[in-house]
Amino acid sequence: MNSFISYLASGISLGGIYALIALGYTMVYGIAKMLNFAHGDVIMVGGYTIFLAITSLSCPIWLSLLIGVLVCTALGVTIERIAYKPLRGASSISVLITAIGVSYLLQNLALNILGSDAKTFKSVVTLKPIVINEGLKISGETVVTIIVTVVIMIALTLFINKTKMGRAMQAVSEDKGAAQLMGINVNFTISMVFAIGSALAAVAGALLCSTYPQISPYTGSMPGIKAFIAAVFGGIGSIPGAMLGGLLLGVIENLSKAYISSQLSDAIVFAVLIVVLIVKPTGLLGKKINEKV
Amino acid sequence: MKNLINKIKPTTRTTIVTLLFVIFFFGLSQLLVNTGMAGYSYEGLLIPMCFYIILAVSLNLTVGILGELSLGHAGFMCIGGYVGAVFAMLTENVITSDLLRYLLALVIGGVVAGLFGALIGFSILRLKGDYLAIVTLAFGQITYKILQQCHLIKDCNGLHFSFSEPIDASKIDSASKVVILNGAQTITGVEKYKSLIVSVIILLVTLIVIYNLIDSRAGRAFKAIRDNSIAAESIGINISKYKLIVFFTSAFFAGVAGAMYAHTTSLEASKFDFNLSIMFLVYVVLGGIGKIRGSIIATIILYALPELLRDFATYRMIVYAIILIVMMIVTNNEKCKRIIDSVTTKLKFWKKTAKEDN
Repeated sequence: MNSFISYLASGISLGGIYALIALGYTMVYGIAKMLNFAHGDVIMVGGYTIFLAITSLSCPIWLSLLIGVLVCTALGVTIERIAYKPLRGASSISVLITAIGVSYLLQNLALNILGSDAKTFKSVVTLKPIVINEGLKISGETVVTIIVTVVIMIALTLFINKTKMGRAMQAVSEDKGAAQLMGINVNFTISMVFAIGSALAAVAGALLCSTYPQISPYTGSMPGIKAFIAAVFGGIGSIPGAMLGGLLLGVIENLSKAYISSQLSDAIVFAVLIVVLIVKPTGLLGKKINEKV
Repeated sequence: MKNLINKIKPTTRTTIVTLLFVIFFFGLSQLLVNTGMAGYSYEGLLIPMCFYIILAVSLNLTVGILGELSLGHAGFMCIGGYVGAVFAMLTENVITSDLLRYLLALVIGGVVAGLFGALIGFSILRLKGDYLAIVTLAFGQITYKILQQCHLIKDCNGLHFSFSEPIDASKIDSASKVVILNGAQTITGVEKYKSLIVSVIILLVTLIVIYNLIDSRAGRAFKAIRDNSIAAESIGINISKYKLIVFFTSAFFAGVAGAMYAHTTSLEASKFDFNLSIMFLVYVVLGGIGKIRGSIIATIILYALPELLRDFATYRMIVYAIILIVMMIVTNNEKCKRIIDSVTTKLKFWKKTAKEDN
C-alpha cells in the first residue's frame, strides 16, 4: 500500500509537470490552430538557462528562475514572429513541418553548443521530504510541483476569464476576423499566448529537471510529446482539460512503469493517445467542432 | 523523332525521364567507382541511396499526394526490416537461391508493413491534420519499443519466442541454437545481399508503380482528397478507400526498403526512431512536396553530403532544421511567393528576348 501511494504521488507530480507543458500546447492550439512542436524544446532551453545561471553565474535560485522564465518568454515570442507568423493562413501540414524544424533547430543548437552529455541538475527545491509513516516518504519536489501546478492553474483560469487580455484571447480563438473588427490586436494577442505558454514551459523545465536531476539537449522532446498527448487526452483547446489530461497521463505512466514494465511505459502512454483518438477524438473535455464547407 | 516524343502522354514522358535519370545517375556512379575516380566510401553509399529514395518517394505519396503528414515512416521501415530479416534467417537452408530469398524477404517485409499501414490508416480514418500526424508519430515510437522486447531463438526443436524477458536457456538445445532476435541487441545474422543492379531494378519498379498510381484514377482521387476532402466526397469519391490505398502502398514500400536495409547492414531497432522519420520528411520537403523527381534528387544530395563531407556531418541536423523552416516559409508565405513569381517571370522574359534576338 505504501509503495502504491508513493508511486501515485510521484505520478501526480509528473502529471502536474505534464499539465503545465500541456497548457502551453492547448492555449497555442486554441488560438493559432497549430501544434507548436517546438514547445518541448523551449522546456529544455529553460532548464539549461536555469542550470547555467546557477552554476556559471552563481545566481541565487529565485533569480535563476526569473532569468529562465524571461529567456523562455522571449524565445517563445521570437519563434512565433520569425517562423509561425509568415505562415498564418497556410495549410496545417506546412505549419507543422515548420514547427518540427524549429524543434530540431533548438535541439541541435543545444547539442552543438553544450554537448550531448547529460549534466547533473541541482534541484531548485530546498524543501525536505515529508515523512508520513515508516517507509512512506514524499519528496519535496513532488509537494512543490503539486502546489505550483495548482496555483498556476487557478491563476491562469482567473486570467483567462476575468481580465481584458484573457477575454481577448478567447475572442481571437473563437473568430480571428470578428475579434479584429472589435478592435482586438490579433497579432499582439497571439504573441501574448506564446509568451505565457513559454513562461509556463520554463517553470515546467525547472520542476522537471529538479525531479529527474539531470539535463541534456533531449530533455524536452519526450515530455513535450507526452504533454501534447495529455492535451489531446483532456481535449485540446480546453484549459481544465489540459490539467486533467496531464494528471491522468502522469499517473498512468508512473503506475505502468511500476506494475507493468519500465521499458514499455512509453509505448503504453502512446497507446493511450491512439485509444483516446479512436474512441473520443475530441478528448475528455473538448468540444466538437463541425467543419463547414 | 519529335513527333514520336510528342505522341507520348506527358505523364508517361515524366516517368520515362525520371527513370532514365535514375539509370543514368547510378550508371555514372558505378562507372566513376570502377575507374577509380570515386572512392570506396562512395561505392558504399549507392545501395543505401536506392532504399532511401524508395522511402522518400513512398513518404511523398502520403505527404504530397494525399496531403497527410506521416511522422512514423521509420516504424514501417522497422517492421519491414525485422520481418525481412527473420524470414531470411529462417529460410536460409530452405531456399538456396540468394536472389529468390532476398526478393521474397522484401515482398513479405513489405506486405507485413503494408498491412500495419492499412491497420493504422483504418483506425485513424476519422482524423486528419495534426492529430493524424501525432498518431503516426506514436505508432512509430511504439513499434520500435515493442520490437526491442522480442526474443526469438531457433534450435532443432523449433522456434522459441519470448516477449520482454530473455528465453530460458535450459529449454534450448545449445548445439543447434541460432539466435534470431535478442531484445534490444543488434540483429547480425542476416546473410548480406549487396547487388547494386538488383537494388536499382527494385527502385525502378517502385518508381513505375508509384508514378502509375499517381496518374491513375485513384491518383486523381488522392489529389482531390488533398485539395478539398468535402468537395471530393460530394462528387462520390470514397475517401476511406483511397486513404487506405495510400497508407498501404506507402507502408509497403517503406517495408521493402526496410528489408533491403536489413540485408545491407546490421539491424538495430533503436535506430528507427522519430529522428529517422524526420530525416525522410526533410528529403521530401527539400525535393518539393508532391514532386517525385524532387524527392529523388534531394535524397541523393542530402544522403551523400554528410558521408562525403565530414565537417558537414556535425552541422547536418542544424542544416536539416533550417531547410524545413526556410522551405516552408518560402513556399507558403504570400510575400515570398510574389518575389519568386516576379523573378521567374523576369527570367522567362529574358529568355524570350534572347530567342527573338537570335
